[in-house]
Amino acid sequence: MISYILRRTFAAVILLLVVSAVTFAIFFLLPRLVGQTADQLAQQYIGKSPSKADILAVKHNLGLDQPVYVQYWHFIKGIVAGADYSIGPTTVHCDAPCFGYSFKTHEAVWPQLTSRLPVTLSLAAGAAVLWLLSGVTVGVVSALKPRSLFDRTFMGIALAGVSLPMFFTGQLAILLFVFKWPIFGRDYVPFTENPQQWANTLLPAWCSLALLYSAVYARLTRSGMLETMNEDFIRTARAKGLRERKVVVRHGLRAALTPIITVFGMDLGLLLGGAVITESVFSLPGVGQYAVQGITDNDLPKILGVTLLAAAFVVIANLLVDLLYAAADPRVRLS
Amino acid sequence: MEGKQTIMRRSALAAVAAIGSVSLLLAGCSKADDNKDGGKPKAAGANAATKGVVNASDKKGGTVTYEMSDVPDSFDPGNTYYAYMYNLSRLWARPLMTFQPGPGTQGNTLVPDLAASKGVSSDGGKTWTYKLRAGLKFQDGTPITSKDVKYAVERSNFARDVLSLGPNYFQQYLDDPDHYKGPYKDKSAKGLSSIATPDDTTIVFHLNRAFQEFDYLVAAPQTAPVPQAKDDGVDYVKHIVSSGSYQFQSYEEGQKAVLVRNKNWDAKTDPLRKQLPDKIVINLKVNAETIDQDLQSGKATAELTGLGVGSSTQASLLNSADGKASTDNTFGGRLVYAALNTKVKPFDNVACRKAVEYAIDKVSVQTAMGGPVRGEIASTVVPPDITGYEKADQYASADSKGDVAKAKDQLKACGHTTINTNISARSDRQSEVDAATAIISSLKKVGINATLKQYPQGKYFTDYAGVPKFTEKQNIGIMMMQWGADWPSGYGFLQQILNSKAISQSGNTNLSQFANKDVDAKLAEAIANPDVAARNKLYAEIDKTTMDQAVIVPLTYFKVLLYRSPYATNVASSAAWSGQYDYLNIGTTKK
Repeated sequence: MISYILRRTFAAVILLLVVSAVTFAIFFLLPRLVGQTADQLAQQYIGKSPSKADILAVKHNLGLDQPVYVQYWHFIKGIVAGADYSIGPTTVHCDAPCFGYSFKTHEAVWPQLTSRLPVTLSLAAGAAVLWLLSGVTVGVVSALKPRSLFDRTFMGIALAGVSLPMFFTGQLAILLFVFKWPIFGRDYVPFTENPQQWANTLLPAWCSLALLYSAVYARLTRSGMLETMNEDFIRTARAKGLRERKVVVRHGLRAALTPIITVFGMDLGLLLGGAVITESVFSLPGVGQYAVQGITDNDLPKILGVTLLAAAFVVIANLLVDLLYAAADPRVRLS
Repeated sequence: MEGKQTIMRRSALAAVAAIGSVSLLLAGCSKADDNKDGGKPKAAGANAATKGVVNASDKKGGTVTYEMSDVPDSFDPGNTYYAYMYNLSRLWARPLMTFQPGPGTQGNTLVPDLAASKGVSSDGGKTWTYKLRAGLKFQDGTPITSKDVKYAVERSNFARDVLSLGPNYFQQYLDDPDHYKGPYKDKSAKGLSSIATPDDTTIVFHLNRAFQEFDYLVAAPQTAPVPQAKDDGVDYVKHIVSSGSYQFQSYEEGQKAVLVRNKNWDAKTDPLRKQLPDKIVINLKVNAETIDQDLQSGKATAELTGLGVGSSTQASLLNSADGKASTDNTFGGRLVYAALNTKVKPFDNVACRKAVEYAIDKVSVQTAMGGPVRGEIASTVVPPDITGYEKADQYASADSKGDVAKAKDQLKACGHTTINTNISARSDRQSEVDAATAIISSLKKVGINATLKQYPQGKYFTDYAGVPKFTEKQNIGIMMMQWGADWPSGYGFLQQILNSKAISQSGNTNLSQFANKDVDAKLAEAIANPDVAARNKLYAEIDKTTMDQAVIVPLTYFKVLLYRSPYATNVASSAAWSGQYDYLNIGTTKK
C-alpha cells in the first residue's frame, strides 16, 4: 500500500512537471514563436506611451529578457526553493512554494491562492455533499422503481439540471432567493467567523452547482443499479433472507459505486481548482475568480498558478479515487 | 455484539451527520439581514444628476458602498490610470488641483485642492509655482510638505519599472537634463532637479516647453503627497498614508477595501470635502448583474466604474416610469470612431477616405451599439462634454444614414470602383464587433469590401492595431477605436490620437498614423497659449482639419445609463469624470 502511494506520488510529480512545462510553453513560448517580442509582452504591463528605458526596465524586472528555458528553470526553482524579487526599493522573499509574482500587481501568487482556497473549498465541499446525496438517492430510488412517476419526474429534473448552464440557474437563484425573497445573503464570510452567514451565503451556490452535477450522478447510479440489481448475487442475497435495505445498500449500491467514485474524484478535483463560472456568478472571491482576473489582465503567473493548482487537485483526487476503489470493491488490489 | 455496536456507532454517526446537515441547512435558510429601514425614498427624476446636485445634504453617518465587476489597476495614487480611480482616490489622496464637484460640464471647472490657489505661471508657461494650504497633515499627524508632493511625482513618473500603470506626462514635460533615474535608484537628496521646493509650502515645476494646461496635469493623483519614509514601491498600496478625508481600514487585494474617517484631516484645510459617511466600502469582482440588483435594492450606493447598468437592467429601468426616474443618461467623455489608416493603400488617398466618411450609416452603428441610450451620433472628433468642442458636420447626410451617391463620387475621384480592405475590432467588446459589422454592410453598398479581423482587447494596442507594421502587413485600413480624454480639454483629448509625435511602433494610439504639420503646429501653439478662448478656437480648427483629411470617422459620442441610488446624497454626474458621479461627497440616508 505504502509503496503504491509512493509510486503514484512520484508519477504525480512527473505529471505536474509536464503540465507546468506545457502551460509555461503555451504562455511564454508560443507567443514568441508567432512573432511576439519580449518588448511587446512587457509593454502590456506598462501604462500608455512607455519610453524604451521603461520597457527595458520592466522586461528586466519580470525576467522576460532571459531565454524561455531560463525563465522556466527559475519558475520551477521558485516552487521548490522560493525566490527573491527585487522590484523597486525593497527585495521581497517569496517562500517555497513560490508560484511566481503577478506581472500586474506585483503580488506573490501563492499567498493569494491559499487565501482564496477556503472559499473554493467551501463551495466545492458543500456542493459535492449535496449532489452526491441527492444524485445517488434519486438514482437508487429510480432504479428500484423504474418507469414509475418518481423515476420519470426526477430523471426529467436531472436532465434539465445538466442542460441548464450555471450562468442561468445561478443568476435565477440570486434574483429569486436573494433579491426578490431575501432568504439568502450574498456577503461571503469565512466559516470560522460566522458559520450561519457562511452557510446562508453559500447555499444558493451549492444548490445551483448540485443541480448541475447531481444529474450525472443520478443517471450513473440509476443505470449501474439497474444492472446490478439483476445480478445473481442480489438474488442470492435476497434468498439468504437479508433485509431489502441491506440488499440494496450493501450489495447493490456498493457494486454500482465504482464509476460514481471515479467521476466524483475528477469533478471534485476540477472544482477545487476553481469553479470559474459559479464563483463569478455568485461573486465569491475564490480561486476561479482569481483565474478569471488573471486571464482578463493577461497576467501570466496568475494563470500558471491556478492551472498548476487545478492539475495538482485532479492528480490528488485521482490518487484518492484509486485508493477508494479497494475499499468499495474487494476485488481490487493495490499492487 | 461487536457487529451490533458497529451498527449503533454507525447509526449514531448518521444521526449526528443528519442533525448537523439539517441545522446547517436551517441556518443557511434563515432570513438574511436585509437592513430594511422603512420605504425606499422617491427618485429625483430622469437625468436629474446631469442638471443639478441630487439630494444635496450635509447629513453624516452610514456606510457608502461602491461595487465594480472588475478590479482597478491600483489603489496607489501613483500607479493608476483609470478615470474612476482618479475620481475615487481623492478620498485618500489629495492632488494639488482637482475638479469642482458639479453636474455636467460644470464639473470641468478646476479648483485648488492641496494647493491654496491655482498655479502661477512664469517664463511664458514653462515654470509653474504652487503654494500649499496651511495646516495639512497626513493620517498619522505628520505635516504634509511640498517635498512629499515632489516625491510623489518622482516615484510615479520616473520609476515606471516599479509603478508602471499610470501615465507619464510629468516625465514627458518636466525638464530633465540630468536624466533622473527615479527615487528608487537615485538616492541623492536632490532628486529631480526640475522640481524645486524652496520651502515646505512652495513647489515649483520647471518644464521643457510652455504648457498652459498644467493645472489639469497636477489634478492627477500623481501629485497627491507620499511620505518617502513610508514608501516601499509596489507594496505601498497595502498601507497607503492618507492625505484625504478617509483612510484605509483594510485592503484585500482584488477583493475589497474599507475606508474610515481620517481623524487628522481638518475641514478647515479643505473647502471641497465633507466627510459624510462613517465608512466607505469598495467591493471588487461583484457579478455585473448582481451590482445592478444591489443598486436597486439599496445595498450598493454606486457602481464605481461609471460604465452604467447592463442591457437587461437597462430595458427594465427604461420601461417603467419609476425606473427611468432613477437613471442618468450621460455622456461618457469618449468618442467611438473608426480610424482610417493613412499608410494602407488606397486610404493614403484622401478621396478614398472621404468615400468611407460618406458611406457609413451612423444610425445603423448607433443601433448596433445599443441605441441612443448608449451613444449620440457623432460628427466631430472632440466630444461635446470636453472643453473645446464646436458643433460641425462635414460629411452630413440625410438623417445621418450615409450618402451612397457622394461616397461613390469620392471613390471614383480616388480612382477605384471597389476596394478590398480589413477592419479591426476587439473580440471581447461585443458592441465594437457589432458596430464593425454594421460598418461592413454600409461599406458594401458603395463597393468597399471590408473583412472583420478580431483581436483580444488586452493586446489590441501592443500587438495588433497599435503596431503600424502589423496593420500595414495585414492590410487593415479601418480600425475600431474608442478614446477618452486624460483631462477634459481639447489638448487632453487630441494630442495622443492626432499628434504625429504620438505615433509609435507598438502601443500606438494615433492609429491613422496621421502626420499633419498643420495639426502638429496648432497643437503646439495651443498648449503654449495662455488664453483659453484662443486655445479652444485652435482645437476646433484642428478638429476641422482632421475631418477635412478624413482620417477619423466619428461614430458616436459614448453615453452611459447610470442608476442613481435614491439613498445616495450629493449626487452629480460630472463631465470631468467621464460622466461618473463625483465621488468626493457622496453620502447615504440609509442607516
